[in-house]
Amino acid sequence: MKKLFREFTKGLVKENPIFVLVLGMCPTLAVTTTAGNGLGMGAAATVVLLGSNIVISALRKLIPDKVRIPAYITVIAGFVTIVQLLLKAYLPDLDKALGIFIPLIVVNCIILARAEMYASKNGIAGSMADALGMGLGFTAALFIIGSAREIIGSGSFLGMDVFAGALPPATVFILPPGGFLVLGLLMALFNKISKKNPSAKMDCASCPLHCGLNKEVVE
Amino acid sequence: MRQIIFVIMGTILVENFVLQKFLGICPFLGVSKKMDSAIGMSGAVVFVMTLASAVTWAVNEYILLPNELEFLRTISFILVVAALVQFVEIILKKFIKPLYKSLGIYLPLITTNCAVLGVALLNIQRTYGFGMSVLYGFSAGLSFMVALILFSGIRERLETADVPDAFKGLPIALVSAAFLSLAFMGFQGLFSF
Repeated sequence: MKKLFREFTKGLVKENPIFVLVLGMCPTLAVTTTAGNGLGMGAAATVVLLGSNIVISALRKLIPDKVRIPAYITVIAGFVTIVQLLLKAYLPDLDKALGIFIPLIVVNCIILARAEMYASKNGIAGSMADALGMGLGFTAALFIIGSAREIIGSGSFLGMDVFAGALPPATVFILPPGGFLVLGLLMALFNKISKKNPSAKMDCASCPLHCGLNKEVVE
Repeated sequence: MRQIIFVIMGTILVENFVLQKFLGICPFLGVSKKMDSAIGMSGAVVFVMTLASAVTWAVNEYILLPNELEFLRTISFILVVAALVQFVEIILKKFIKPLYKSLGIYLPLITTNCAVLGVALLNIQRTYGFGMSVLYGFSAGLSFMVALILFSGIRERLETADVPDAFKGLPIALVSAAFLSLAFMGFQGLFSF
């Protein structure tokens, strides 16, 4: 039980997928124009992560090593399709706001990285705890970035007016440059508080498909 | 001809895939430390994106739509892209050795590049025809190339810059990307297609 709890909590701060592992940058930057969108994207990715981690962990002895990556991608794509159809049916507004980034959860490196690094080697209970922790860490990070961008960029928080017109909003923060800027500043702040800087040496090295296989490309 | 130039310039400058649409950020941050690898990687991306646009368009038009299987789009596109990348790798290795030497190591990275799947999905979403899909795929690849090469130039200079400890590595790279993206916003409304 204690071990499961540890698997769960490591994703929140110590191995936060965005600020520490630096995975899944595309949706992180693209959908965080409001805090609500960040929450929605985080929830969708968590559901996919939970489903794929359970299935991959259950099938870990059946999947041959050579074709494991295509097999993982197929499982992930299946869950993404489920989430996509559910969102279309019940939350059409969120589906419109997230747009193309819902199907692109398939290629989100967080999900593939957890499948490769955790679920393919551990039991179902551990994989569930890992998925929930990582998903929650991802959602929390998206929510923080989304809140910062929404408050500064449109002067509101979860759709409610914050400044009551006292401060004019700096629109650039909800435009693409603001995404890069807020993420860079928050990452530096995270490093400052935790007194570590993982990215000084690493470049998405924990993502198995991008750099893990191809260290020589990066260095 | 005019239309073709508009599509290419509009995609590169106005709606740049990396800097305005946030597609393909992982390789943008991961493979931009050296100019040489940036050139190799973006060459491979242009090649795969153009091919992938053509193939996924055909899969959608001739397999998915006639059989009313649109809900399988995501799953079939990612498998098509993955298979295509493998196929291109094998062909290059067998027949075009010099090209394989310069692009080969970058090819496996591209399967999970979200810009490739992104351009395939955007082509369908915008209901482009075959020619337009291929052209859009090609110019999307070029826009990735322009952003990656510009950014790798900036990062080579950042290596020697004196940056606060907390900003070393990715944070300062992201802040520089913000200014690059800000510069590209100046092209807003220059072309439309």
